[in-house]
Amino acid sequence: MIHKQPFEAVVARHAATVLRVCRAVLGPTDADDAWSETFLSAMQAFPDLPADANVEAWLVTIAHRKAIDVTRATSRRATPTAELRETTTEPGADRRDLDLTAALAQLPAKQKQAVVYHYLGGLPYRDVAAILGGSPDSARRAAADGIATLRLTYPGVKPGTENFDEHER
Amino acid sequence: MNTSDDLARDLAQAYASTPEHLRQLRDRLAGTARAHGILDVAYRTIDSPVGPLLLAATDLGLVRVAYATEDHDAVLQGLSDQISPRLLNAPARLDAITHELAEYFEGRRHRFDVALDWRLSAGFRSTVLHRLPDIGYGQTASYAAVALLAGNPKAVRAVGSACASNPLPLVVPCHRVVRSDGAIGGYIGGTDAKRTLLALEATP
Repeated sequence: MIHKQPFEAVVARHAATVLRVCRAVLGPTDADDAWSETFLSAMQAFPDLPADANVEAWLVTIAHRKAIDVTRATSRRATPTAELRETTTEPGADRRDLDLTAALAQLPAKQKQAVVYHYLGGLPYRDVAAILGGSPDSARRAAADGIATLRLTYPGVKPGTENFDEHER
Repeated sequence: MNTSDDLARDLAQAYASTPEHLRQLRDRLAGTARAHGILDVAYRTIDSPVGPLLLAATDLGLVRVAYATEDHDAVLQGLSDQISPRLLNAPARLDAITHELAEYFEGRRHRFDVALDWRLSAGFRSTVLHRLPDIGYGQTASYAAVALLAGNPKAVRAVGSACASNPLPLVVPCHRVVRSDGAIGGYIGGTDAKRTLLALEATP
């Protein structure tokens, strides 16, 4: 019998990853709300989650839905002149990080989400496809297109040496 | 070399946050989970003269006190399995017992007033444990005397196993149960801890 871990262990293990995903999709301010909503909702449903479920994929899926909720709430509140897109303001953020977050923020939504859920959330393309709709192949293509654009616009990355199979293990 | 791994690492770094920030979010989660009534088990650990103690409470009251000898990770897994996996390190619910234990270890408190959740003990063991608070601070009683108190004078060994599986040691004072021949007897927190507690309680 597989023992379901206590929720504290789930938070300890996945808190940082889920916050990165929320930050990449929403920016640092709204990310905190999305993180909080994600873990509250996950804790509520946790007793019904099968003990052998992929907890990280489950959390990232919830975070995806919460990010949509937060985006809708933000755009309802926003005035026409409000600056919606935020970049990271962490004290440790250097120029390269800012370039990368700016480049990611400008990707089309599906490419951005495919990159974030696969590369930051650690989800296989099968699970990314379950979140975004479409086939695993189309999720893989969206991520590849997004990565290609990032390589062109993010100075720290040189094109031409990617190895996507690395992440399918 | 720039593989997708490098880009994944750069992304992870670009969106990283500080440990303090994560701590704040986790504290906030504990508060909102409690407010939503889904914090089924709250726990914290404290340092004490008898080593680190794990304290856990449901909304009914204190449900578990555990010495390090019991392995706190194993105790948390047990609480998750037996009560609910909706369990968080959330010290607020343990404020009262933390305060009372501090007073106890300073010799200023002789009995505990926090509500207890007895769900982790059942049957005759539960009957035995419910009688233990009758043994006052600074007193001891033999296993045989407790068997008598619990209404079954022959169940001396069962009293021993009730004490050995006490989910609420210290607060439910199984450390005050000793052997009839004057030996200190076993203790869930180890005999050194038992000796420390009895010496503390013997100090005027």
